[in-house]
Amino acid sequence: MIRFENVSVTYDGTAEPAVQGVDFEVPEGELVLLAGPSGVGKSTVLGAVGGLVPHFTGGTLRGRVTVAGRDTRTHKPRELADVVGTVGQDPLAHFVTDTVEDELAYGMESLGLAPDVMRRRVEETLDLLGLAGLRSRPIATLSGGQRQRVAIGSVLTPHPEVLVLDEPTSALDPAAAEEVLAVLQRLVHDLGTTVLLAEHRLERVVQYADQVVLLPAPGAAPVLGAPADVMAVSPVFPPVVDLGRLAGWSPLPLTVRDARRRAAPLRERLAGREIPRPAPPTALLPAPPALGTAPRRPRLRAKPAPGPTAAPAPYAAEVRSLAVRRDRVQALRHVDLTVSPGETVALMGRNGAGKSTLLSALVGLVAPTSGTVRAEDAVPHRTAPRDLVRRVGLVPQEPRDLLYADTVADECAAADRDADAAPGTCRALLTELLPGVTDDTHPRDLSEGQRLTLALSVVLTARPPLLLLDEPTRGLDYAAKARLAGILRSLAAEGHAIVLATHDVELAAELAHRVVLLAEGEVIADGPAADVVVASPAFAPQVAKVLAPRKWLTVAQVREALA
Amino acid sequence: MPATDPEATGTTPPAGPPTRPAGSRAPWAARVAAGGAPQARRSAPTPLHPGAWWLWALALGTAATRTTNPLLLALLVAVSAYVVISRRPHAPWARSYGAFVKLALAVLVIRLLFTTVLGSPIPGTHTVVTLPEVPLPDWAQGIRLGGRVTAEGLAFALYDAMKLATLLICVGAANALANPSRLLKSLPGALYEMGVAVVVALTFAPNLIADVQRLRAARRLRGRHDKGVRGMLQVGLPVLEGALERSVALAAAMDARGYGRTARVPAAVRRTTAALTLGGLLGVCAGTYGLLTAAGGTYGIPVLVVGLAAALGGLWLGGRRTVRTRYRPDRWDARAWLVTGSGAAVAAALFLAAARDPAALHPGVVPLVAPSLPLWPAAAILVGLLPAFITPAPETAAKEPS
Repeated sequence: MIRFENVSVTYDGTAEPAVQGVDFEVPEGELVLLAGPSGVGKSTVLGAVGGLVPHFTGGTLRGRVTVAGRDTRTHKPRELADVVGTVGQDPLAHFVTDTVEDELAYGMESLGLAPDVMRRRVEETLDLLGLAGLRSRPIATLSGGQRQRVAIGSVLTPHPEVLVLDEPTSALDPAAAEEVLAVLQRLVHDLGTTVLLAEHRLERVVQYADQVVLLPAPGAAPVLGAPADVMAVSPVFPPVVDLGRLAGWSPLPLTVRDARRRAAPLRERLAGREIPRPAPPTALLPAPPALGTAPRRPRLRAKPAPGPTAAPAPYAAEVRSLAVRRDRVQALRHVDLTVSPGETVALMGRNGAGKSTLLSALVGLVAPTSGTVRAEDAVPHRTAPRDLVRRVGLVPQEPRDLLYADTVADECAAADRDADAAPGTCRALLTELLPGVTDDTHPRDLSEGQRLTLALSVVLTARPPLLLLDEPTRGLDYAAKARLAGILRSLAAEGHAIVLATHDVELAAELAHRVVLLAEGEVIADGPAADVVVASPAFAPQVAKVLAPRKWLTVAQVREALA
Repeated sequence: MPATDPEATGTTPPAGPPTRPAGSRAPWAARVAAGGAPQARRSAPTPLHPGAWWLWALALGTAATRTTNPLLLALLVAVSAYVVISRRPHAPWARSYGAFVKLALAVLVIRLLFTTVLGSPIPGTHTVVTLPEVPLPDWAQGIRLGGRVTAEGLAFALYDAMKLATLLICVGAANALANPSRLLKSLPGALYEMGVAVVVALTFAPNLIADVQRLRAARRLRGRHDKGVRGMLQVGLPVLEGALERSVALAAAMDARGYGRTARVPAAVRRTTAALTLGGLLGVCAGTYGLLTAAGGTYGIPVLVVGLAAALGGLWLGGRRTVRTRYRPDRWDARAWLVTGSGAAVAAALFLAAARDPAALHPGVVPLVAPSLPLWPAAAILVGLLPAFITPAPETAAKEPS
């Protein structure tokens, strides 16, 4: 169905080809996973299928790509629209119209299908993707998971024979990701659609793949094979494979079920051993300078402050019965949350549960409708930004928003000025966290993970005791994720309180002391990571599922215990 | 709070690894059913044709041009505002109503300010205040700065400005009630690609505003002030950069989804299309020229008609090149007739009233009298409320994305 014949792609202005020696065939009706670390050209390979590479991106494509017998060299993307449906990384960039129903119909309208066929397929697709209740909603008001489903639906309606998806589940909560994958599974089984998808979160998709195409390194030829065989040699692998490699299982298990069936001896070996837990925080950060300006309105104290007033605030962040209403929607209600210095808290919950709103409230972007928010001694939404950066720092979902300058050096200099830090502070932090980035690099040219680290360094320049991260692992490969986890762990050890909103259960398992589950703007669970995460199947990491009932969370713990 | 959002009210996510049979619809069904948002699940009645909203609003605006009676104008504003409030959807474009109301108020204020400062041609005896008059050189004869401000002058300016303000508010009502992109869908096939360009531009503006808000929030995170002109300027470049990147991505996505596919039409048809369109446009030009010059009075009209017909023929033939079909085009149904009719009735009634009883519709300012409410034109204006009762109510509650 899809055939790559010795394809190499060289973009204009680069000496090395982005991919080369790509030579494989995807038979009809298979679900093929494209895996590999960041920057190996996965998106390039996906783009070549729909003809967007090179027709839209420029560059030179050598070799031949054929889809359903059509050569992409002679067929423009629009002439392949009836056989290939492509969904890019950002669903928002994909939408042409403004409501769900129109969006589903758009592709069919372009292809000139008959009105009654269009009507039937729109209804079918609305049901298939669970979008019936949203049919007339403006797309701008949808949550991330809903948008992703609409984007997939919009390319499904013309009934393409090939579906190409770039990171379809990265932005989704575990349940929504399962839904999307179940839909893909159903398309492959019922309609015989050929699916080619790239995904960093292999633990979510690898068990559905019929074949895996691995791009091991930039410029290296792809490895094609059965998932278990490829995972044995892959530089990127899900935790269950990691566990399998550690235990020496062969063939490697790809699903929790396979692993569990083989895990009995391992469970026995681990039975008597202590589960290593992250050490409780000991270090304390120096207190931030006193607030420069007094808050405009005098704060009323319910009771006189007990004891010596000079004592540092016991919590890095304190939220009491917080409610936030935004635009007629009750985003948060009665939220109580305290974060101690040195503690790492993971906020989890489905898309739209209020995680981002809670982070925004902690950093003063959103004023509470009722209740109180405090970050150390400051009330965030009433504190001047200059003072606030020394108390709370937020790395937003899109780290690029924080970066304005043209070069890394300028960005760091600006960060030093913003934070009143000694010149060179930010640059020193960056070098420590991410060696090998030159001063004159444009922030846009950094990889996803590098950009995140730069934004993190910018935020850390002010040394805020409370660090917030919104969805930090989106688009990161396992290596970048491990590096981030290491950085955050050492920050916590220094005494930073860290709150991360994430869908990534593996990251939460690895880092968090505590997990707070949000649903519909309420806290529905708050407790030690091991307890909360294991109690809910959707949020349990793979290792916990394999080694239940004991609460092992990560492969690193198992490795440490066995050592 | 009532359960209004299907996604948010779903119960705990389905358990275990997703090894459910491929044909099972359980997860979605469960989510939708458990969501149980009654408003969302109720089968939505088809929305009104956007053209009907525009005609209704423009008819009210036309009615407003027939009178300067502030009571009638206020009634017109009240009628359109009531319909907007009860029937506008929770969509981004519906928020433009507030902007139009503000614009209308600005018109009032500016007009009154000008009358106060520059004086008014209306003779008056009731002096409200006397401003110091600025002596002007004699080349500026006829212009007065400052001086006497009379109640008559102010009343006249107010009435006049209210007329314009009402017109603006009526246009705002149409903007809030009718989805602009659905209106553009009613364009003929040959103009479709242009229509899409306009739709994309329309959806771009809200995205741009969202970008500005996001980047200003990010400025705050960097410890800079998020308010003021400087803050605005500094986010300008990243916002434009983002917009450019998004437009490239959108162009790629649209191309990949078949935008711009053309049907193969025989070369003869293609040539005929080009000839008809070009020839028609030339004919229109020549015909207009003929009409406007004294010499061409004889051939003007026939050439214009032939040119117009040829151009329309070219447009129709050109439509054959697009393979595009329409999904659920808005139908012009009985409700659309009623809505348009109610607007037209208001306009017709005021035209009639203006002819029959001009004094009631244009209350005098010299001598200054309190305007009275003419009974039957007022009753006729209330007919304009009809759409608030016969059109479907908008769906309730929209959930903010996280």
